[in-house]
Amino acid sequence: MAKMTVRAERCKGCGLCANACPKKIIEINKEKRNKAGYFTAECVDENACIGCAMCAMMCPDCCITVEK
Amino acid sequence: MKGNEALAEAAMRAGCKCFFGYPITPQTELAAYMAKRMQKNGGVFLQAESEIAAINMVLGAASTGVRAMTSSSSPGISLKSEGISYLAGSDLPCVIINVERGGPGLGGIQPSQADYWQATKGLGHGDFHLLVYAPASVQEMVDMVVKAFDKADEYRMPALILADGLLGQMMEPVAFPEIKAEMPDKSSWATNGHKNKREHHIINSLYLTPDELEKTVLDRYERYAVIKENETDAETYLTEDADIVVCAFGATARVVKSAVNDARDQGIKVGMFRPKTLWPYPNKEIKKACENASKVLSVEMNMGQMVDDIKLALNCEKPVEFFGRTGGVIPTPAEVLAKIKAMGGNN
Amino acid sequence: MAVVFERPKALCDVPLHYCPGCTHGIVHRLVAEVIDEMGIEGDTIGICPVGCSVMAYNYFNCDMIEAPHGRAPAVATGVKRTNPDKFVFTYQGDGDLAAIGTAETVHAATRGENIVVIFINNTIYGMTGGQMAPTTIPGQVTQTTPYGRDPELAGYPVRVCEMLSTLTGTALAQRVAVDSVPHIRETKAAIKKAFENQRDKKGFSIVEVLSTCPTNWGMTPLKALERLREEMIPYYPLGVYKDSTAGGKD
Repeated sequence: MAKMTVRAERCKGCGLCANACPKKIIEINKEKRNKAGYFTAECVDENACIGCAMCAMMCPDCCITVEK
Repeated sequence: MKGNEALAEAAMRAGCKCFFGYPITPQTELAAYMAKRMQKNGGVFLQAESEIAAINMVLGAASTGVRAMTSSSSPGISLKSEGISYLAGSDLPCVIINVERGGPGLGGIQPSQADYWQATKGLGHGDFHLLVYAPASVQEMVDMVVKAFDKADEYRMPALILADGLLGQMMEPVAFPEIKAEMPDKSSWATNGHKNKREHHIINSLYLTPDELEKTVLDRYERYAVIKENETDAETYLTEDADIVVCAFGATARVVKSAVNDARDQGIKVGMFRPKTLWPYPNKEIKKACENASKVLSVEMNMGQMVDDIKLALNCEKPVEFFGRTGGVIPTPAEVLAKIKAMGGNN
Repeated sequence: MAVVFERPKALCDVPLHYCPGCTHGIVHRLVAEVIDEMGIEGDTIGICPVGCSVMAYNYFNCDMIEAPHGRAPAVATGVKRTNPDKFVFTYQGDGDLAAIGTAETVHAATRGENIVVIFINNTIYGMTGGQMAPTTIPGQVTQTTPYGRDPELAGYPVRVCEMLSTLTGTALAQRVAVDSVPHIRETKAAIKKAFENQRDKKGFSIVEVLSTCPTNWGMTPLKALERLREEMIPYYPLGVYKDSTAGGKD
């Protein structure tokens, strides 16, 4: 069991997390904008997350928390 | 003791914990004295790679709350102006010594007062002032450097001692104050590590919002108003009955005093006014000193940089003439006396 | 479930003003993680540059000072010399460190000033809108090299780590990058080593971090990472250029 959580109001949708994810389960949701106007990242398959934290390590806005 | 060395000794006694400088004539003895004594006193002496680096080292040290100082001479002070503006914009106290030489450019290495405008009007970009002290003797250099540290801390701003090569090289007997033991508490703003006991402190001069920047400047100008009210200082000499008041600051005032004495010997009613603080300018004091005078003369080792300040202080109600030598030439008492006579100084 | 990755405490909990995908945030976080791990936040003073990271004083929870452009190593010298028991780091970009502040950088290094310098090399002036930096690569198009940097006109770039590695006072000169997770791990190890050097009084430590500037490069964040790998790393090879603690010469 592992889980990554994006703090959406801080996310700028740069996509570096999605690119780093070895399971390719992070996507930029083009339907949802945060207050700053950015599309934000989210995990699209929570069961597949392995908690490696590579997404969080790549995130320039430090808005990802990973639990395992 | 030599003026430059006395400045250094007085600074250490005032609790100056660090000196950062760069070699330049004619202030060299000051740095050499610091190099010899500062470390032994448990302080820091460092010869920087440039005047610019030296003033920024002062900025760093002052940020942590210690008493910091740098010294230089005219061209070097120009280089420091960037850092001085940042120090003022960051509300940091420090003491800067300018042992002036002739300018502009590389100029010369003989005594001059041609940095009056720079010191009082424009030592860096932006709306700000420095406290500017103009000593006229080695003893006064000692007293003023101690005062400069105290006032810089009190008002959280840089203070400048505007001396000249004459004073720096002059030898006179001096009495030093006791070594200062108690230092003002700067724990409310200093960036010396929060020890997990308080919020982090930020030393900064950047404000991207105009309203915010304006507010910091206005706050500073409120302090300047208090300083103008309380911190002016001047010497008057035989002005009560004087028909001509001769104004001079720094070493030039010594020449003027001789000329005034010579004139008095000849029965001419002349006195001297000497501002000890150049910013704030002693407006009230000069007005009083010139109350009974019909004419005013400014004598300077420059082309007349103080004349406008005198005119403003007197609301242009009295004619202000000028006599000066520049480029490192020191006016003689005879020259000043001749000028007094030419102005129609009478009995 | 236990938290395996969260924001370091030394990084203030505020939004960063950087553009999307700008790697400043990664480096900020790594510095903050090292400060947390060493437990030194209360004894650390950071010095900010002028440039995009000028407002880093709002992002680190330790005491912070904002220096004039290029003067951070001199300001750091003033802090460290009067507070030798504190940790002092500067955080500077390429224009700040290798153009206007070259003298301050070189002389802090040659004096062996016991400080940490975090140097962000992204081959461009970011804050002012993308002008040529001292590290702009030949051929690179910027606002002030619209036809590509021509060494005949604009000279060659400065390789900072190579230059500083020749100085006796330099304890550590290491170039790293933040284009991938393995490189980010290396970057953090280098930053930690630099702070440990300061703790052990080894002298001047500089960590040059190859970084991106998607906005002024005119690229997406992902394309920018590719450029870092394909153009920057070949010109600025990663590695340890000097480590006086490793028993090498000097």
